[in-house]
Formats: sequence, structure tokens, C-alpha cells
Amino acid sequence: MIAYILRLLGSVLFVSWVVGTLVFFLIHLVPGDPVAVMLGDWASPADETALREQLGLHLPIWTQYIHYLTGLVNFDLGQSLFFQQPVSDLIAERFPMTLQLAVMALLVAILIAFPLGIWAALRAGKWPDHLSMTVSLIGVSIPNFWLGPMLILVFSLGLAWLPVSGAEQPFSWVLPAITLGTALAAILARMLRASLLEVMHEDFIRTAQAKGLPSSLVYGKHALLNALLPVVTILGLQLGTLLGGAVITEVVFDWPGLGQLLVESIQRRDYPVVQGCILVISVAYITINGLTELVYAWLDPRIRVAN
Amino acid sequence: MLKIFSYLIVIAWLVLALFGFLIGDDANTVHLDAFLAEPSYQAWLGSDELGRPVLERVALGAQTSLFVALGVVFFSAIIGTSIGVLSGYLGGWTDRIITKVIDVFLAFPGLLLAIALAAILGPGIENVVFALVVVGWVGYARLSRAQTMSIRNREHILAARALAVPTPIMLYRHVLPLILAPLGVEATFGIAGAVISEAGLSFLGLGVQPPEASWGSMIKEGTRYLLVAPHLVLAPGIALMLVVLAVNLIGDQWRDYLDVKTRSVK
Repeated sequence: MIAYILRLLGSVLFVSWVVGTLVFFLIHLVPGDPVAVMLGDWASPADETALREQLGLHLPIWTQYIHYLTGLVNFDLGQSLFFQQPVSDLIAERFPMTLQLAVMALLVAILIAFPLGIWAALRAGKWPDHLSMTVSLIGVSIPNFWLGPMLILVFSLGLAWLPVSGAEQPFSWVLPAITLGTALAAILARMLRASLLEVMHEDFIRTAQAKGLPSSLVYGKHALLNALLPVVTILGLQLGTLLGGAVITEVVFDWPGLGQLLVESIQRRDYPVVQGCILVISVAYITINGLTELVYAWLDPRIRVAN
Repeated sequence: MLKIFSYLIVIAWLVLALFGFLIGDDANTVHLDAFLAEPSYQAWLGSDELGRPVLERVALGAQTSLFVALGVVFFSAIIGTSIGVLSGYLGGWTDRIITKVIDVFLAFPGLLLAIALAAILGPGIENVVFALVVVGWVGYARLSRAQTMSIRNREHILAARALAVPTPIMLYRHVLPLILAPLGVEATFGIAGAVISEAGLSFLGLGVQPPEASWGSMIKEGTRYLLVAPHLVLAPGIALMLVVLAVNLIGDQWRDYLDVKTRSVK
């Protein structure tokens, strides 16, 4: 198990380094001179030189790269051009909001997916199955940047139950969490249904039924627990995806998280912040995926052996 | 029933994209007197904040989404499949390096990579296609690699190898035809994914620029008038959702048809 953890850690670190390197080269992909793009047409040559020196862009590229990597190790992501603040401070301020949104969306997804998936599996091939699978297909197909405005239209503007945007009020998180969690709920419901259907054909379920266990126990304990394993994996992998999907949801609801900071910084051409946000979200995603694999390996010894 | 529905929607999407210009050529003409007009006989889906007819704008958006979807799926499938087939067939070091590259791409949140690329390269439809191809080829590469590995020791391939058939011909004539079906399913879901991603990038202001229309940018502009003119958000949103739903349904049907296991359950 220790060897497995070390190998996993190595792979997480390796991928994080690759992502860091890609993010570093991102600014050099800007068509033309990044400094001119950031400052706009009215900047004086003196301002341009100052910014070039502040960003270290006058140095040879390999020196820049070494500076950048040393900075990363010390959690130094540079200075925001717009806020005139360290990027790491800005991110530390916004990251908990994004994480909160992602976790709430995950809870919403679980609350919707479990009843739907179980109901569909227990009535496989009958109308509840068709209904819940159609609902989940619609859930996958609704883009969150449309679902969000629709929820605002009905629940905020129409019924006036929930706030339109922001994060100050106690129930501000409800609509963003539903918006972000719907697609995941749909994927989870389908996974859970498929997984349950597979488990219910196993011998041990037949044995449990044959020895006269009540069906609530057969399905609730024997089938569900075994069907959960693949679902847990998907859940972990999707938590990372939620962090990425949060970008759009945060823009829709003006939610003060990393995604909103990212999009605003793109519009302001504040590239150090753009780089920082992309790096932090990606590394969070990679770390969560690594942890999921670890949990999975711990739950299922076959994975450890296979690796 | 659902089958007919999904094919009808896709046909409607194609017709709207290819022949939308026949409805009228004033999708970009400003009529300030028709500011936020509700649906009426003159403008079936109403007018937007510049008085432009929403129906024509939706048709223009259909064009954008079709162009991006076909471009993204075409290039991703060709690039991804070539790399995947080569990797799976050759094995050894080539395979190990390519697998590592695929792993790195899979470890990166796709939407975020597309946002980053589109942000850096600047807005525009070609950059959207490029960004989505950079993200999209991995799926085809992984799938075609796995498929190739599962068939590379089949008798007909061993026989062809014994006859010294050159590798390119081998891959094209003896490997590719056997793995096309699952790749087709992947491409179908890829179309749905590209349509949503293009609209998402345009929603964030990173896709096509005004006066060109995208369903995503129409939704974005429409949200400002949500209370007074909800049709601005409803029309492109419903079009987008129906197309994605229909394409996903078709993908589901093809996958179920190919999967012998689910076919026997039914």
C-alpha cells in the first residue's frame, strides 16, 4: 500500500509540474507582445518597460522559467496588475467560495441521483425506469449557463423565494448549487442504475433472496453497498470536474469564487491572475483525482494488486 | 418515438444552419423600433435589444454551432484516432510515451484548458475550434488505442503481417474498419459536447464576436433583459438543449445497438 501511495504521489507531482510548465508557456502564446496586449494602445514605452521588468519578461526564457518554478514552490504566483496585490492572496480569498459551491453541488447531485437511480433500477424496463432515465438525459443536456438564468427567472424573479445573485444571503448558494449539480446528478443516476442492475444479477443476491431476507435488506444492504463502489469513483472524479464547471456557474450567479476571478481577469488581461487561477484549479483537480484513486484502492484491494 | 424525435431535431438543426438565410437576410440589421418586441406575426420569436429578429439570430447561431461541432469532431477524430491506432498497434516505447501524454491531458480539466487557450489566443471561431480540438482528441486516442490493442493479434492481422503488408496499409485497411463503430459513437457524443462547449465559451465572451451570433452569446446578452424579455434567453436555450438532447439520444441508441449485452437485456 505504501508503494502504491508513493507512486500515486509521484504521478500527482509529475502532472502538476507539467501543468505548471504549460501555464508558464501560456503567456508566451499571446499573439504579439503580451505587455502591449495587457497595457493597451495608450501605454507609454516607459510603462511597457516597467511592466516587462515587473513580470521578468526581459530575461531569457529559461531564467524566467526557473524564477517561476522557484516562485511556485514558495506559493508565489506573482503580482496582479489590476489589484496590485499578490495573486496568491487573491486566490486564497476566492478559493474557499469555489470549494463551498462545489461541495454543495455535490450534495445536491447525491440527493437527486440516489432516489432517481435506485427507483429506476428497481423498476427496470418499466415506466419509472424510462421516466427517470429521460429526466437524467435532459439533465445531462441542459447547459448550466441556461439552467441558471431559468432558475433565476422562476425562483428569484417569479416566485421571489431566493436571491438572484451574490453570496451574502443565507440561501444564496441554493440556485448555484442546483445549477452546477444537475449534470452530475444525471450522470450519477445513470451510473447507479447500471451498477445496481449489474449487481442484482449476482449469485449472492439470489442467495440472500433464497434464504428469505426481506427485499429491503437485500436491496438496501447487499445490492446497494456493492453497487456503490464504481459510483464513489465517479463521484470523486466529478468533484474535480465541478471545480472547472464552477467557472460558468459563478459567472451566471456573480458568485465571488475563483471562476469569476478568472473570467474577469481574462477580460482585464490580468495574465498573472489568469495563470494563477488556472494553475490552482488544475492542481486541485489533479489532487482530488489522486485522492479518489487512493480511496478506491483502499476500498478494493484488486486495484492495488493490478497496479 | 424518441428516435423519430431526435432525428427530426437534428434535421431541423441542419436545415436551420444551412438554409436559415432563406428566412430573411436581416439577422444583423438593427431595427430600434422593434426593441425587445415580443413574438409576433412579423418576428415569430420576437426581437432582441437591437430589434434584430430572434428567429434569424437563432438560425445564425445554428450555423455557428454546426460549423464548430463538425470542425471539432472532424479534426479531433482524425488526430486522436491516428495517434491512438499507431500507439496501440506499435506498442513498446511509442505506446508508453503516447499513453503518458494522454494521461497528462486527461488529468487536466478539459473545459478549463479550452478557456485558457481561447483567452490567450483571443476570441474568434477558429480559436474556439482549435481550443476544443486540443482538448477533444484525447478521447478518440484513448478509445482507438484500446480497440486496436484488443484486435491486433487477430488472425487476419497476423496473416497480413506474415505477408509483409506495410504498416500504413495494415492500419488503414485491416485495423481501422474494425474499430470504426465505437469511434462513431464517441464522435456522436463529441458533437453534443462541442455544441455545449462552443456555447459555453461564447457565453463567457471567448467565442464568436458580435455581430455574429452564437446560442451562448445570445443567452449571455439575453440574461440582462430576463425580466422584461425572457424570450431572448428561452429561444436560443431551448434550441441548444434540444440539439444536445437529440444528439445524445442518437449516441445512446447507437451505443445500445452496438452493445450486445444491453441488447439481450431488452
